[in-house]
Formats: sequence, structure tokens, C-alpha cells
Amino acid sequence: MSTPHFDTDGFACRVVDMKKEYVLKSETVRALRGVSFDVPEGDYVAIMGPSGSGKSTLLNMLGCLDKPTSGSLWLGNDDVAKMNDDQLADIRSQRIGFVFQSYNLIQQLTVVENIQVPLFYQGRSLSKEQQRRSIELAHMVGLAERLDHRPTQLSGGQQQRVAIARSLVNDPFFILADEPTGNLDSRTTEEILQLFEKLNNEGRTIILVTHEDEVSKRAKRVVRLKDGRLQWDKQNSQEVRDAAAKYAIDNMPVEV
Amino acid sequence: MNIWLGTIQLGVKSLWLHPLRSLLTVLGIFIGVASVIWLLAISKGIGDEAQRQIESLGADTIMIRTIKPPSEKMSAQGLTPYGLTREEFDLLSTGIPTVKSALPIRELRRQFQYRDRKLDGRLVGCTPEYFEVNRMEMADGHFISDAENFSMATNCVLSAKMAERLFWHEDPIGKRIYLPENQDFYFVVGVLKPKGATAAVGGSMAAQDFSNDVYIPIRTLHQRIGDMVMVSRSGSREGEIIELNQITLRVTQVSDVKRTADLVESALSSHEKMEDISVVVPLELLEQARTTRAMFMLFMGMIAAISLLVGGIGIMNIMLATVTERTREIGIRRALGAKRRDIIRQFLVETSVLSLAGGITGILFGLLCGPAVNGARALANAWFSEQMADLPEVVRTVQPSIVPESIPGAFLISLIVGLVFGIYPATRAAKMNPIEALRHE
Repeated sequence: MSTPHFDTDGFACRVVDMKKEYVLKSETVRALRGVSFDVPEGDYVAIMGPSGSGKSTLLNMLGCLDKPTSGSLWLGNDDVAKMNDDQLADIRSQRIGFVFQSYNLIQQLTVVENIQVPLFYQGRSLSKEQQRRSIELAHMVGLAERLDHRPTQLSGGQQQRVAIARSLVNDPFFILADEPTGNLDSRTTEEILQLFEKLNNEGRTIILVTHEDEVSKRAKRVVRLKDGRLQWDKQNSQEVRDAAAKYAIDNMPVEV
Repeated sequence: MNIWLGTIQLGVKSLWLHPLRSLLTVLGIFIGVASVIWLLAISKGIGDEAQRQIESLGADTIMIRTIKPPSEKMSAQGLTPYGLTREEFDLLSTGIPTVKSALPIRELRRQFQYRDRKLDGRLVGCTPEYFEVNRMEMADGHFISDAENFSMATNCVLSAKMAERLFWHEDPIGKRIYLPENQDFYFVVGVLKPKGATAAVGGSMAAQDFSNDVYIPIRTLHQRIGDMVMVSRSGSREGEIIELNQITLRVTQVSDVKRTADLVESALSSHEKMEDISVVVPLELLEQARTTRAMFMLFMGMIAAISLLVGGIGIMNIMLATVTERTREIGIRRALGAKRRDIIRQFLVETSVLSLAGGITGILFGLLCGPAVNGARALANAWFSEQMADLPEVVRTVQPSIVPESIPGAFLISLIVGLVFGIYPATRAAKMNPIEALRHE
């Protein structure tokens, strides 16, 4: 493994000139045409972009579900782009926390078992410490009373909170959230966004893919993609973020 | 939690999501495994029974039986004497050096009476050798002795069933039974223990049944009844003139049996024209029965194997459906760090749990084969006794005997079936692209 020729300390991940091409019906689709950006530890990035911008492709790369055609993705001191299938699986279970739009909990498992799934694939027996931690995480997301419930017994917001607890169980480099509020009403959306904010304040790195301005304004930074390239990358000022939070609370539908 | 243990736990949980579906899949393997054990046990039971019957004839014996010749060989008027003669008996018993002992037998259908109880049975004239050759055991008294035969004593020995039916709870020893057809009395000197039937010999298909027999010395029978026997049967009178119904030879060594049989056949070649005797060599029957049994068991095993195969296909079918249905779950697991081999393991464990559950319950049920067959037969006897009586002997008496190898064999086969039929669905699941699997609805 070659040593990195630049510093990765203090970064959750670094994307360097990432390109991705697919062959679809003998036609080459250039989904990413050279994207570079860094995510420092503790950052809260929203990735935006219209459909066809390469947003999903970038998400799959960041989630180590796919490999770029060229370029690098540095997670710590490892270039994920050079790894094989099994190594990628190890990276996913050890360094990445996934949160999906449709929660993606496993139906036959209880809340606490769902939280433990990434640990299961680390190949070791669960330690007492890990057991304790997964219950602690359930407490943190407010599901202490529902440890033995099945996903079908939970509301959408509760399921998403289980998913967030699951994404934290392996103490990941960053949380990768794909439209995490896409299926939720505005009240639950607010709950989830506040939870993300809290986690970010505790020092967690969050990368969030969304197409809603209201959601992206809550992040510290917005990266916008267009036609497989970075369109712009800007910081949200604290005022913008506070205003978005206030707007969301003010416009919350009144409970009848 | 170990990864294997965890996977097994997970597999059971996943299967429990569709209890009926899993149960039906298990049922397929269960039936396959149970039928392997049952069919092998029953066919072995049948084979053993046939072999036991033949063995009870004695591997060192040769039997020559008188059979009724075809009607065109008999003269139209009067009675034609046929069958074995006393002269031939003397020739065979003294003329062949490898013959150790010889037993003449004359059998008649007769009615026996004690007080007002009348019973139809078989009157057998024989010598003391009969006792040994047919492996009989005395319950009381003694068998016909040489002295009784020589002196033509009017003594008789009863089979267990005959004694019980004629005398009920009286002690038969010393009592006299009456033969109405001959207006003759015989003293009972012995009662035999009950004895099972032996293999069929000669022209008759039925197994030899000893349950309704009365034994008397053969010289007594010759003197008091003679060779010509008339029977009134449904109005018409039929008769036969036979000196001996059977001669049983015992050979000094089993290895001499075949040679001796050839000699016997050439000595009795004069009967070829009449076709009135048949030579039975139990040793040959035994060898035949062994091959037949092996073939039978092979055949039954194949039928059972087919049902196992069907069970295996059932597993594969269900697992393929499951894999498609759980595409999303596979995607989630892959995203959360499962490797391809973790997915393969998960699905293989599920099929193995299914097939082993079927295998183990099938074996347990297979072990119940003996009691179950006997129980079913007892019920059938109680409810349909008439129909049961018409069934072949083998159905009424067969005792399934479990082939020991079939237990580990069935277990192993069910495991292999689970793995073989699980591999394809499992690899299909593992080959899925996690991104597409996650997108699957």
C-alpha cells in the first residue's frame, strides 16, 4: 500500500479527482467527471444536485459500495479505490455509518439486534462493551423502551432513529445519510435533523445527500454537483442555519 | 456471539417469519428421510422373513415332494397310483453315501374328535427324525419314538393349537382322540410348542403351516389307513393312491448338498414322465432369496431416494423464492459490511436448518417404523378382520427391521440435499450487486 503523499490527519475522507464511467447498452455514461473535495472531521456536508448530476454515484462511492474508474477516495490512510470486494465490505462495517431514505431495517430482528448488525459482520463475538454501547445508542435516540420491538411495530421516525443508532454503533469515520428525511413528515424531519445537529455538535462527521433546500441549509456546508462535476462548494453561515431552523419550527403544522 | 451461532440464530428467525412455508419445506425432507428408513426396514423385514422360513427348512436338507400330476397323465377310469414309494425311500436312505438321515412323510386331511368337539386338521405319518428336521420343541410328553413306529403303536402327538382347541384346559396326555373317518382311536403322548410357518415347498404356494397337525408313526398310518385315501368333497368322492407325500434327506455336509441333489434327481428320473414329484433344495432357495432381497431393497431404496430428491427440489424452490423476496435485506446486509461469503453462509445455514430439521424428525419417525406397522395392523385387524384375512401372509406377519446404516445414511443424505440444493440460491443471493439490491422494492 503506497503511503499518502498528502496529509489525511484531521479528515474524515478526501475525494481526489474521482471519475466514474458506466457502460449502458454500449453507450458510455460518464457519471462523475473528476470530482475533488475534502471532508474535515466534524464537518456537516450536504451534497445536492439535480437528478443525473452524479449525486447517487458519488454517494455509492463514498459508501464504498462501488469503486471509481479513476481517482482516489482516502479514508484514513487507505485508498478505498484500490480495494477488492471483501476489503470494501470490511471498510463498510468498520468505518461507515449508513442512514437510508427508507430506513432499511431488517424485519426479523429487534431494535437492539438491528443496531448490532454492522458489528456482526466484523467477525468477532460481541463484547460486553459493544452490547452496552448498542443499548446506550438506543437510549440516545429515544428508543430505550422499545429495545425488543420489531421494525413493523415502529413509526417511520422511530425506524429512522434506529437506523441512526445503527450507523453509530461501529464508531464510524462519518455518517452517510441518503435523503434521510425523504419519507418523513415535517415534524419527524425536524426531529431527525435536530438529532443530526446534536451528533455533529458532539463531533460526528455527517455527509447528507438531499435535494431539499430546507435540509441543506441546516448543514455547515453545501456541495452542489452538476453533470458529474462540482458546481459549487460553500459554507453556510451560522445565521443561515439558525434562520432555517427557526423557519422549520415556525412553519410546523399545528397539532390538532 | 460467534458468527456461526449468530447465523444459525438468524436463520431460524428468518425461517420463523414464514412458519407454514418452512414447515411444508421440512415436510418434504421429512417424508423423504422417513420413507428411506421405512422402505428399507420393511423390505428387509420381508426379506428376513422369507430367509427365516427357508432357513427353517434347513440348509443341509433336500426335499422330494409328491405333487399331483396333470390330469391328462392320469388314467380316466379308476385311480392311478403316483408319487414317491417306500421302495424309493429305502433306495435314497441307504443308496447315497452323503445322505446322513432320511425322513418319510405321509399327510392326509382328517377330522379329529374329542368328546363332542370336532376339528379338521392334517394327519402326518412320520418317523422321529421329523421332530429334529423341523426344529420342533415339546411342550409336554414325548415325540413319536422309533419303538412306537416299529411296533405300529396307535399313539399320537398334537400341535399346540390342536391340543388347545380339542382339549381346552384339559391335559391331553393319556387321553384318546377319535378319527371318525377311520373309526379309530389314538392315545395322545405328547404336545408340541407353537411353531411358525416355514417356506412353501413343492407345488403349493402357501407356506407350510404346522398349527393343525396331529403326528402318528408312519408305519401305523400305513397299516391302519393304507395308501388309498377317499375323500368326500361336496358330494363327489375323490381319491388318491400315494405311498409317501415327502422324503426329506439330510446331507452330511452343506457343501455336498448340490451333488447329492443331482444324484437324487437321477435316481428318481423314472418320475419325469409322470411329472408327479418335485425336488426342493432349500440352499438354492436361500441363495435365490438373498439375491431377491438385495434387489428388492435396492429398488425400494431408489424409490425413497427419489422422494428425497423431490424434497430437495422443494427446498431449492423455496430458497429461490426467498432470495428474490429478500433482495432488499441482502442489499442492506451488504451495505452494512456483509461479504459475499457471509451471504452464502446465511442462506446455506437456512437450507441446512430446513433439511436437518426434516432429517432429524424423519429419523425419529423412521425409528417408530416397527411399532407403527404393528399398530396399524392391529387396528386393521380390529376393524376389517375379514379383509385382512384375505391379504397375503407377508402383509399380515411382516416385522420391519430397521437397517442400522440407514440412520446415519439418511442423516447424511438430508444434510447433503440441504447443501446441494442450497448452494445455487445462496450464490445467486451473494452475486447480487448491493446497490441494485438496495434499490429493489
